[in-house]
Amino acid sequence: MSKRKFAFFALVVIASLVLAACGGPAPGSKGTIKIATQSPLSGPQSVLGVDIKNGADLALEQLGGPLRDMGFALQLAPYDDQATPDVGVANAKNVVADPDILCGVGHLNSGVMIPSSEEYHTAGLAFVSPANTNPVVTTRGYLEVNRVVGRDDVQAPVAEEYAFKELAAKSVYIIHDKTAYGQGVAEFFRSAAEEDGLTVSGFEGTEETANFDPIITPIMAAPPDVVFFAGIYSQAGVFFKQTRDAGYEGTFLGTDGMDTSELASLAGDALTRGGGMAYTTVAGPASAYPKAAQFATDFQAKFGAAPQPFAAQGFDSAGVCLKAIENAATANNGDKPERAAVAQAIRALTYEGLTGTIAFDEIGDLPVAKYFIIKVNATSADTWGNNVIVTSFDLPSPGQ
Amino acid sequence: MRLITANPVLRHILVPLGQMLAFIAGAGAVLSTFVVLSAFLFRSTITEFDLVERTLLILPEVLLNGVTIGFVYATIALGYTMVYGVLEFINFAHSEIFMVGGVVGVEFLLYLQSRGTLAASAGASHYLIIGVAILIGMLASGPLAMAIERVAYRPLRNAPRLVPLISAIGMSFFLQDAVRFILSITTGQFNVILPEFGPFDNFVQIGPQDSPLSIQIQIKSVIVIGVAVVMLVGLNYLVNATRVGKAIRAVAQDRSASSLMGIDVNRIIALTFLIGGALGGAAGVLYALKFTRLDPFVGFFPGLKAFTAAVLGGIGNLTGALLGGLVLGMLESFGASYLSIFTRGAFGAEYKDILAFAILIIVLIFRPSGLLGQTVGQKA
Repeated sequence: MSKRKFAFFALVVIASLVLAACGGPAPGSKGTIKIATQSPLSGPQSVLGVDIKNGADLALEQLGGPLRDMGFALQLAPYDDQATPDVGVANAKNVVADPDILCGVGHLNSGVMIPSSEEYHTAGLAFVSPANTNPVVTTRGYLEVNRVVGRDDVQAPVAEEYAFKELAAKSVYIIHDKTAYGQGVAEFFRSAAEEDGLTVSGFEGTEETANFDPIITPIMAAPPDVVFFAGIYSQAGVFFKQTRDAGYEGTFLGTDGMDTSELASLAGDALTRGGGMAYTTVAGPASAYPKAAQFATDFQAKFGAAPQPFAAQGFDSAGVCLKAIENAATANNGDKPERAAVAQAIRALTYEGLTGTIAFDEIGDLPVAKYFIIKVNATSADTWGNNVIVTSFDLPSPGQ
Repeated sequence: MRLITANPVLRHILVPLGQMLAFIAGAGAVLSTFVVLSAFLFRSTITEFDLVERTLLILPEVLLNGVTIGFVYATIALGYTMVYGVLEFINFAHSEIFMVGGVVGVEFLLYLQSRGTLAASAGASHYLIIGVAILIGMLASGPLAMAIERVAYRPLRNAPRLVPLISAIGMSFFLQDAVRFILSITTGQFNVILPEFGPFDNFVQIGPQDSPLSIQIQIKSVIVIGVAVVMLVGLNYLVNATRVGKAIRAVAQDRSASSLMGIDVNRIIALTFLIGGALGGAAGVLYALKFTRLDPFVGFFPGLKAFTAAVLGGIGNLTGALLGGLVLGMLESFGASYLSIFTRGAFGAEYKDILAFAILIIVLIFRPSGLLGQTVGQKA
C-alpha cells in the first residue's frame, strides 16, 4: 500500500469516527456498566443456576435500551458460585472489587447468599435475589439485599397446611439437606406440623447423595402418610426414587428447590406412583404469569431450551437492576451513578415485571408474594409441563 | 476336608467364600447383639413406641443394606490394597477410576436406550445387558488405571514416597474435570442417570413366607452382592493359585529379587493396576445400578470409604480389604438407621460417618496395622 493510499484510508477512518461521535452519545462513551450474576453454573444444581444467568442475559439484551441510549455500554458479568458458600464469598469479593458492577442478580442458594451478601453489604453493592427464600436473607435489614420471591417461613406452613388439610395426613417424616435453606424450611414445617397435632415420625438431615438405604429403612418401619423433603432436586430425585422402590406408598412433598424437569429425569415414575408427589414453590410455571409467554418464546429462541423456573425471576431481577441504575443515572445528570444511589433507587422502585408488580418493603421483601402448590404429573423431563397448580396464594411478608 | 486341602482350585474358592460368610455373620452378630441389648436397656426411656419391637423390625433390612454397601466398598478397596501391596503407595486416583468405570457403563446403557434396545429387551437379556455394561466399565477402567500408572507413577517410582502420592492426587483432580469436560461438551448433562429397565427394582423374598426370618431384597442388591462375590473369589484365586499371582506376590515381597528371578516387574505392576482398575470399574457400574445417579465427582466418598476399609482391614492384605469393607458398610448402615431412633432424633443419620470413623480410630489404636495386618504375612 502506497503512502498516499494509506493517508486516504486513515482520513476516511477518522472522518467516520468523528461522524459517528456527532450522532449523540455513542454506546460506551460514558463507560461500562456491568450487572453481575452469581449462581451455580457448574455442578449438580447448574440446571437452575444457568437459567438464572440466561434470564438476566436476556433482560440486558431486551431492557438495556434506555441505558445504552444514555451512552453506557452494558455487560453481564456471570460468576459461578458452584452452590458452595466459600466459592460464593470468594466471588463476592471479586464482584465488589470491580467498580463497573453497579448491581447484581443472585444467588440460587440461601446458604450461599447469606454469607456472600455480607460482602455486598460492606461494599454497598445492591443485589436482587431471584430465588433465595430463607428469611435471614432479608431480616438482617440490609439496604443492599432484595428478593423478588416469597419466604420459607410462609412457604413451609403452606406446605404443612396442604399436607394436613388437603392430603389429610396424620403423620409426616421430615428430611432436609442440612443447608440453611433446607434445614430452615424443615424446621418451619415441623413447628407448623406440631401446632396442628400432626405426628412427626422423624426429622433427619443428610448430605448423602447416593445411598439413602439407611434413612429409608426407618421410614419404612414407621410408614408415615407424607414424607416431606426440604432441599434441592439433585438429592431429592434420587431419594424419592429409592424410597418408592423400597415400597413406600404415601405422598412425597417437596419445596421450591425441586421445581425443575431434572427432578423427573432423576426420579422417573416414582413421582406419580402411590400417593404421588407435590411441591410448594415461590416461582410458578410460565402459565401462572400471563406476561411470561413472550419471555418463554424469546428465551427458547436465544438459548435453545425452555426456561427453567427462576429464569423469569432472573430476568425480573436484572430488570429491577437496570431500571434502578437508569433512575439513579438520570438523577445524576446522565452520568454513571454511585452504588449507594442504585441501592436506594431499587427500594424506591415500582417495577412491572413478568412475575407481577415488584416493589420492596423496608427490608427488601415483596410486601405480598405468590406461593404455589404444584402436583407432579410427569414421569420424565419431557412431560414436566403436565404438572398442575393445585392452589396458589398471595400472602403478605411476615416482615422482620 | 481332605478333598478341599488336596484340590487347590476348590481350596482357593471355598476358603474365601467361607471367610466372607464368617465375616458377615461375625460383624452382623456383634452389631445386632449390641443394638438389641441397647434396645432392651433403653426400652423404658421411650414411651411413644416399643424400642425393642422397632429395633427388631428393621434389623434384617439394616443388615442387608450393610452387606450390600459393604461389598461395594470391598470391591473398591481391593484396588487400593493391591497397589499398596505391590508399590507401598496409596493410589488416590482410584476413586476416579471407579467413577470413570461407572460413567462409561451407564453411558453404554444410555446409548442402548437411545437405540431402543433397552425397551425391546425382555427376560434374561436384561441381566445380559447389565453384565455387558459391567464388562465395558471394567474395560474402560482397567486400561485407564494402567495408563495412569505408566504416565504418572512409573517415572516417579524411585522418588521419595510423597511424590507419587501428590501425583496421584493431581491425577484424581485431572480425571474429575476431564470427565466433567467430556460430559459437558457431549451430552451437556452433569448427572449421569441409570436408565430404567428390567426388573432390578423388584423385590425377591428370601426365607419362608410370613416368618420373622423372611426378608425382602431388591434384585439389584442381589446382583451387586453376587457380582462382587464372584469377583472377589476370582481375584483370590488368581493371586493365590496361578503363576501370575505368584509373580504378583513375589514382586510385592521383594521387587529387585523377583526381577533377578526373571520376573518382568514393570509388567506385573502394570497388571496389578489393570486388575485393580477393572475391579474398580465394575464396582462403579454396580454402584450406579444400586444408587441410580452418577456425576464426575461421585467417586470421592466411596473412594474415601473404601480406602478406610482397606486400612481398617490391614492395607496390603486382600482378605483384610474384604473384612474392612463389610465391617465399615455394616457400621454405617447400623449407625445411620439406629442413631436417630436411639437418640430420639438428637443424633441423626448424618452422624453415621462419625460413628464409623470413631470405631476405625479405636481399632487402629489397638491394632495399628489393621484388623488382619499382622496375622497374615502374605501381601498383594
